[in-house]
Amino acid sequence: MYDIIAREDFSDSTFLLEVKHPLLAKAARPGQFVIVMCQAEGERIPLTIADFSCEQGTVTLVIQAVGKTTLEMQQRCTVGSALYAMVGPMGKPSDIGKLGKVACVGGGLGVAPVYPQARAFKEAGAYVIGIVGFRSKDLIFWQRKFEDVCDELIICTDDGSAGIKGLVTDGIEMAVEKHPDIEEVIAIGPPVMMKFCAEATRPRDIKTTVSLNPIMVDGTGMCGGCRVSVGGEMRFCCVDGPDFDGHQVDFDELMRRLTRFREDERVALERWSRNQGCRLGQEQPAIE
Amino acid sequence: MPTQDPKGRVCNFSEVALGYSLANALNEAERCIMCPQQPCVKGCPVEIDIPGFIQKICDQNFRGAYDVITDTNLLPAICGRVCPQESQCEQVCIVGDHLEPVAIGRLERFVGDMAVAEGWTSEPYIEPNSRRVAIVGAGPAGIACAADMAKAGCEVVIYEALHRPGGVLSYGIPEFRLPNDIVDAEFGKVIDLGVKVECNTLVGRLFTIEQLREEMGFDAVFIGTGAGYPKFMGIPGEALNGVLSANEFLTRCNLMQAGQFPQKDTPLHMGRKVAVIGAGNTAMDAMRVSLRLEAEKVHCLYRRSRVESPARAEEVDHAEEEGVMFHWLTAPVEILDDGNNNVRALRCIRMELGEPDGSGRRRPVPIEGSEYDFETDMVIYAIGTNANPIMGQTSQLELNKWGYIEADDQQRTSLAGIFAGGDIVTGAATVILAMGAGRQAARSMKAYLGILDPEDMAVSDPDRPRIFGIDARQRNYRRVRVAA
Repeated sequence: MYDIIAREDFSDSTFLLEVKHPLLAKAARPGQFVIVMCQAEGERIPLTIADFSCEQGTVTLVIQAVGKTTLEMQQRCTVGSALYAMVGPMGKPSDIGKLGKVACVGGGLGVAPVYPQARAFKEAGAYVIGIVGFRSKDLIFWQRKFEDVCDELIICTDDGSAGIKGLVTDGIEMAVEKHPDIEEVIAIGPPVMMKFCAEATRPRDIKTTVSLNPIMVDGTGMCGGCRVSVGGEMRFCCVDGPDFDGHQVDFDELMRRLTRFREDERVALERWSRNQGCRLGQEQPAIE
Repeated sequence: MPTQDPKGRVCNFSEVALGYSLANALNEAERCIMCPQQPCVKGCPVEIDIPGFIQKICDQNFRGAYDVITDTNLLPAICGRVCPQESQCEQVCIVGDHLEPVAIGRLERFVGDMAVAEGWTSEPYIEPNSRRVAIVGAGPAGIACAADMAKAGCEVVIYEALHRPGGVLSYGIPEFRLPNDIVDAEFGKVIDLGVKVECNTLVGRLFTIEQLREEMGFDAVFIGTGAGYPKFMGIPGEALNGVLSANEFLTRCNLMQAGQFPQKDTPLHMGRKVAVIGAGNTAMDAMRVSLRLEAEKVHCLYRRSRVESPARAEEVDHAEEEGVMFHWLTAPVEILDDGNNNVRALRCIRMELGEPDGSGRRRPVPIEGSEYDFETDMVIYAIGTNANPIMGQTSQLELNKWGYIEADDQQRTSLAGIFAGGDIVTGAATVILAMGAGRQAARSMKAYLGILDPEDMAVSDPDRPRIFGIDARQRNYRRVRVAA
């Protein structure tokens, strides 16, 4: 069992958990992920590591409650409770090279996992431009944390209630206009966001690294559920990734494969909501 | 051996092969002629004293039979069920020259089941030494190595990446062929030896093989991580929803109990018309699980013929009885979609057998113009696996050109004190071969750690079968230890 020692709710659907696991906190590197199980008979769900602290021996996860398992976690994972399983760090760590200028782009839930990358690039001596996108001002989190590790921070909101009005791709346009010498863009978020980030940088031929989030079971290379097409070749996200060259990834295929269990997810959610005796979750929160 | 009726059993996950009754077992044991050559012992990868335990059954000394088996194999109820006996001990049985060979596997299972039912354990007296051994992977190879090292007095810790120990015994082999209760009971005996198990631990990523030796205080390490990394064919349509590997299918069903969705959380999205590509044991398992999850039709495609099928004969027979439709000499060329990213049909081509290839089997050659489509909504690939890359990515271990860990016949790797065995060395093979490798690794590990292994002693010095006053043939050598 893995103790939850802190929790913070960013919104009705997004929450943060700090989980005690000193070994994992010591081993984790930016870009890696964990698989957690809320309870013994639960699903194994992959979550990108949002932060880790060697000193405190904790790993931070940011979760969006959209399906049965994550809604259940939102309800059950309180401080003092514990996760049934947490295994990792999985996947290859991100390649944090010695670069002059990088842009770290996070959209929606991807804002959290891009933070350790921004921090690592900063520590490696790069000029870091943070670009983070939210639906509105109320949903913004970790602004201070980003300001601490970014030389510039561009906040984008859909409704313009904070920062610039627009999507993270608008933020990327702004950044590359101002800094034509950006060497790499790291984009983490929903697949459609990463797809358009890659399209935004393609004409300028800026190296763009994305962190993929396909469906997986074991996370150790055994099941092949997480296979993705990169440059026309089949790769397993869990052991060959999760970072890939955004210009090579077949995002449309990834998005199609993410719908694989849509019907089952709906059934599970309805059943769970019914058992909760409430109407929560009958309307799925929109995924950015 | 009595089995569940095929009509009834495809509706449940209870065990198909019901096992011997006492009378069955006694009759079968009497058929062993106790030949002096004992070819069966050599035919067994872990060299169980087969005539020895059969004699005990004849004497109705079942506990004695169990003790004889567990001298070399701690998991008789598992091995009796999943070993390919027809190509090992039973293949070389002298009775088999003229009649059916003695059903050694079924007798082994009979003894193993009785031990589980009676709660027998064979806990030896173990004198602890100060050696610490780490085992990576709680599958058959790791379990076998762990048991031997624990018996030798070492402190043993097994690290397992999944949330449940057992490896392929837990995630791969289905309930109706190997009940989880049996796995738990026999694995419990390894725990009884003092072995610790740490689940949810991905070695290589959480800490490396080198760290185990250099920072964590282990004197020796055994790697038995299995092969993993399922193969696909690279034909069009493999990214469609409804195409998956047998590993994924079986892991969802066995480990995650997706068959009970939505009572259990993990979904499966079972198809109605299932096509399984490949004809090995994994393919048979996938097909028979499909039937039990109410697939209307289950097809098996294999590019060679039934004779070349690598599955246990009994599994092919059982699958056929249960209604699997076999398409021998057939290969898929394309998976067709329904316009909605789901599988609609499979386009196949017929094959004929040509000249023998490197494996000695006749090479299948496509017959031009013989393509045909058939309707299916789920395609399961069971055509083998490639090497799992995690160990290679995270350690200095030498790999062979296919990415498997390079190990010699003593299971030694390129790094001192690090041993490896099972599928991660050989590529996908069987449970018992992995266990054999685990035991060989344990022998090498003992030599490396300077722990006296009287099995070797007795062989190297046949004229002096006494070790420190104890008769080696008593097989109570576990009490003996010599410091390095």
